[in-house]
Amino acid sequence: MSEAKTAPQKTIDVSSQSKQDLQVDVEQATVGVPFCENPKMSMRNVNVFYGDKQAIHDVSVDIAKNEVIAMIGPSGCGKSTFLRTLNRMNDTVDTCKVSGNIQLDSDDIYQKGLDVVELRARVGMVFQKPNPFPKSIFENIAYGPKIHGLADSRVDLDEIVEGSLKKAGLWAEVKERLHQPGTGLSGGQQQRLCIARAIAVSPEVILMDEPCSALDPIATAKIEELIEELSQNFTIAIVTHSMQQAARVSNRTAYFHLGKLIEVNPTEQVFTMPEHQLTEAYITGRFG
Amino acid sequence: MDNLPKIKRSLKRRSRSETRFRWYGRIAIILGLAAVFTLFVDIISKGHGAFKATYIQLEVHYDPEVIGINSLTDKSLLMQANWDAVPKQALRNSFSDVSGRRDKRKLYKLVSNGAGFDLKDRLLANPDLFGKTETRWILVDDDIDTYYKSWLDGEPYAARLSAKQVQWIDQLHQQGQIRLQLNTNLLTRGDSREPEQAGIRGAVVGSLLTLLLTLMLSFPIGVAAAIYLEEFAAKNRFTDFIEVNINNLAAVPSIIFGLLGLAVFINFFHVPRSVPIVGGLVLTLMTLPTIIITSRAAIKSVPPSIREAALGMGASRYQVVIHHVLPLALPGMLTGAIIGMAQALGETAPLLMIGMVAFIVDIPQGFTDPATVLPVQIFLWADSPERAFIEKTSAAIMVLLSFLLIMNISAVWLRKRLERRW
Amino acid sequence: MESSNLFLLMLTLGAVAFYIGRSRSLLVAKPLGGIRHLHSLPNYYGLNALLWCALPSLIILVLWLIFDEPVINSIIMGSLPADIAPASLADYNLLLNKISNLADGIMSSKGQPASLIAVADSMAGLRVISQWSLTALCLILAVIGLYWGWYKIAAEFRARQSVEKVMENLLLGCACLAIFTTVGIVFSVLFESIQFFRSVPFFDFVFGLDWSPQTAIREDQVGSSGSFGAVPLFVGTLLISAVAMFVAVPIGLMSAIYLAEYSGKTVRTYAKPALEVLAGVPTVVYGFFAALTVAPFLRDLGADFGLTISSESALAAGLVMGVMIIPFISSLADDVITAVPQTMRDGSLAMGATHSETVRRVVIPAALPGIVAGVMLAISRAIGETMIVVMAAGLAAKLTANPLESVTTVTVQIVTLLTGDQEFDSPKTLAAFALGLMLFTVTLLLNIFALHIVKKYREQYE
Repeated sequence: MSEAKTAPQKTIDVSSQSKQDLQVDVEQATVGVPFCENPKMSMRNVNVFYGDKQAIHDVSVDIAKNEVIAMIGPSGCGKSTFLRTLNRMNDTVDTCKVSGNIQLDSDDIYQKGLDVVELRARVGMVFQKPNPFPKSIFENIAYGPKIHGLADSRVDLDEIVEGSLKKAGLWAEVKERLHQPGTGLSGGQQQRLCIARAIAVSPEVILMDEPCSALDPIATAKIEELIEELSQNFTIAIVTHSMQQAARVSNRTAYFHLGKLIEVNPTEQVFTMPEHQLTEAYITGRFG
Repeated sequence: MDNLPKIKRSLKRRSRSETRFRWYGRIAIILGLAAVFTLFVDIISKGHGAFKATYIQLEVHYDPEVIGINSLTDKSLLMQANWDAVPKQALRNSFSDVSGRRDKRKLYKLVSNGAGFDLKDRLLANPDLFGKTETRWILVDDDIDTYYKSWLDGEPYAARLSAKQVQWIDQLHQQGQIRLQLNTNLLTRGDSREPEQAGIRGAVVGSLLTLLLTLMLSFPIGVAAAIYLEEFAAKNRFTDFIEVNINNLAAVPSIIFGLLGLAVFINFFHVPRSVPIVGGLVLTLMTLPTIIITSRAAIKSVPPSIREAALGMGASRYQVVIHHVLPLALPGMLTGAIIGMAQALGETAPLLMIGMVAFIVDIPQGFTDPATVLPVQIFLWADSPERAFIEKTSAAIMVLLSFLLIMNISAVWLRKRLERRW
Repeated sequence: MESSNLFLLMLTLGAVAFYIGRSRSLLVAKPLGGIRHLHSLPNYYGLNALLWCALPSLIILVLWLIFDEPVINSIIMGSLPADIAPASLADYNLLLNKISNLADGIMSSKGQPASLIAVADSMAGLRVISQWSLTALCLILAVIGLYWGWYKIAAEFRARQSVEKVMENLLLGCACLAIFTTVGIVFSVLFESIQFFRSVPFFDFVFGLDWSPQTAIREDQVGSSGSFGAVPLFVGTLLISAVAMFVAVPIGLMSAIYLAEYSGKTVRTYAKPALEVLAGVPTVVYGFFAALTVAPFLRDLGADFGLTISSESALAAGLVMGVMIIPFISSLADDVITAVPQTMRDGSLAMGATHSETVRRVVIPAALPGIVAGVMLAISRAIGETMIVVMAAGLAAKLTANPLESVTTVTVQIVTLLTGDQEFDSPKTLAAFALGLMLFTVTLLLNIFALHIVKKYREQYE
């Protein structure tokens, strides 16, 4: 399972590229290097159904410790759905069914006895649109530690809050107004607040679902900086629409197409010499 | 991660807390549903008996000598005839062994006070019975009725009967001459001091007349006001003031409207008390806010694209409203009107204030006849001491609730049937 | 002519006007080459004529009918000969009734003083004059209006505009009815209350601790006590309302939370309407239930435990009132809870919070303004509730905080004071209006405050 699989090479006939050739062969496995040694999270043969509609087809991939893996692909290709299986947020949708094996370290996260509460403390999430609670900035950050019982005293709590805000690069901007509502911040600040909130429980993995799509370029740049810093201590899986962003922040990039994982390769390779024709078609802008 | 053990420790407590919380929710719903259940079971168990009344079988002889008249044509003679003597004689014949004035009086109490008049009506409807005898089921007095029903249920309540009366009833039962029959009085008669003769027809007709008046006044005015506010009113402080007023009126306690009706309609305008007109006026003022609010919602739901299309064709604003908006908003408005009427039907407090509380025996024939309404009738009967009235009150409540159920179901049905998906 | 016949006549004339107007417009249109040369459709010309004909006369008719009697009464009573002049307010009304009955011929004039008969005759005469002048006026107005409407018909006449203007004013009038109602309520209640406060000082009323409204029937019964201290009533009202809230808020709120957050679709489809049924039951039914089932049950239950629970206890009335209010709170809470955006819940769940933690710490605080407003509206409802307390609570004013005892409320007293045989103007009946004023003010303030809370705190999380 920890060996890099090499897929059978498929000759790319450049001359006869047409829309029809962009159909995906069901039998073909993921090209590139989807797997690695001692992964932080590993997924095998994951299928996700919304009622009768299948959103994710037989995806297998590993996420290495402290890596940043970006997931790209055209709209509706299942990247967000896939991300949400990693912390079982799909449980909140009634019609969603997940099959396959997903492991965090060596725990199957879909096993019967597993407490999803603990899982989500270990795998945090940042959403597309910033969603701070209607509480003060302090209370937003303190929420996680409070419910999980991580702080024994008010002093501890203060430390955790300060630490998280510093790690998220927000401390300097808000330290004078910790008790004002979190909703009073700008969009970019709110998103960093949400990141700080996620960090406050010291998760092992942070999932980010298009975290910058609602932000302006300057705020985006700040967050991309942050992701780089965070990757030293956290494993990060980020879904993004922007190929440039993926190129800037990630170690590996995974390309999704219509619910299938087409290619996983080091980022630089994906954007300069993609292995699969579909990947190439996407990054050259032929669709998506 | 060093936080993990801490997190694991908190899991158990939190999971217990979660289960407890869910149980609180379930218990709350169960309590709420139990309240509904208890209420309905209580009312139905108390009231279903009232739809049947106890009758005894007697041989009735329409004896001209006993009645005291020799023809049925002279109206004034009919008034003065001794109708009570007919059932009394029938009872004496059935229980020929009863003697002595006291016992005889007890015997006569077996049947209802109005038995004589019931027989008179029967005779007038079938004049060829004059002078003849027939077997007839006669309505009993309410004390007997209560006793017999309670005896059938297994817990006889004989507090208001003498031992002899109990014995006679037993005798009648052995002979198969006492039974429960459909109680026609309940639905055909108006109010009465005697429980066995009391019916809800007067109150039902009164309610109908009052509601009709309320509907005829509040629906057009409410729709007109809603149209004005939605389509024509400029966004200024005056319009805001009107809206604030409407929203406040919707939340004013109903008894205040009663005070208003008393002070303005009765005292200032001298509208007679106790008639459907004044009841209708007061209820109109009460339902108006509801109808305005629901009509506005219905008008708002018509998409602006239709209005724009009509305006683009050169229709004036009024024509847009009358030809396009109103027909499309009408289902929603009707639903709101039905719901408003259902609320008005159940209102009691304001009508108490304006006097629709009198003891009215006759069935009202028009808007200016004194009348009462069903909820007030229920209120009045609830005060009466006779046990038989408990049964009747519950039955009247059942009738009221059925009306409300029908109205609410038709509102829901109407909404589903005529709803459009834009 | 009788008013109802006059009314019908006006309507008929209006119909005639419509027909005439319409026909004339068609006639005018013909030589021009068709109705498209007219400014408005023929129906509008007809309508215009109808409105000019019928509307002024109908307005006069209605106004005349309203003010007819008061005006005649004041004329008659203002010029009474000295020997039958009334000595007091009560006598005034009695006298007026007498004269009116004499004039109508209901009462026979045998044995009445001659001056009284003369006054009655003049009243009868005035009434006849009034009726005839009304008929004449209406007819004249109708005919003039008809002629005017007919006269104005021409191709360029903007009949539609004219009709629509009238329509707009009619609609405005309907909308203003809401204001008139409020004004009517405020005025009538205020007016009578001010009269009341002339005999019973305001502070005695609002802060007095003794409520026993036994007043003199006749004026010369000076010195009979009638204390109108309303504090026991306020306390009684609050006590019962508190019991009701104690029942309704937990059950209503928790069932709303469960139905909105936890329950499956089937439970929600059936349980929600079932709870809403409680809202549709008339209050008189609740009163009956409270008085005949709940109160005896509680009394017997108390006896089993050695407690004396009154058979008109605040507990019984409050309990049933609470049941009535449950759907109120439950549906308002449900609305605000479902309005909290899902992304807020997702944010909390993604952090590893349990569902109940999310609800308790994120959803409810976010929905709190709406919930508080809902509770305030429910309190307002409880305070103003009448039938349940009339049937299940007591009549004696008692100053107590013990729900096992019998208390009376503001609404019960309003009903008792006004459904007696009292003269309209005695302090006893006026007290009812003063109580009504208190009730109206408090509920109004609660409603305004509730609305204000929702407006002010809503923007905090959007």
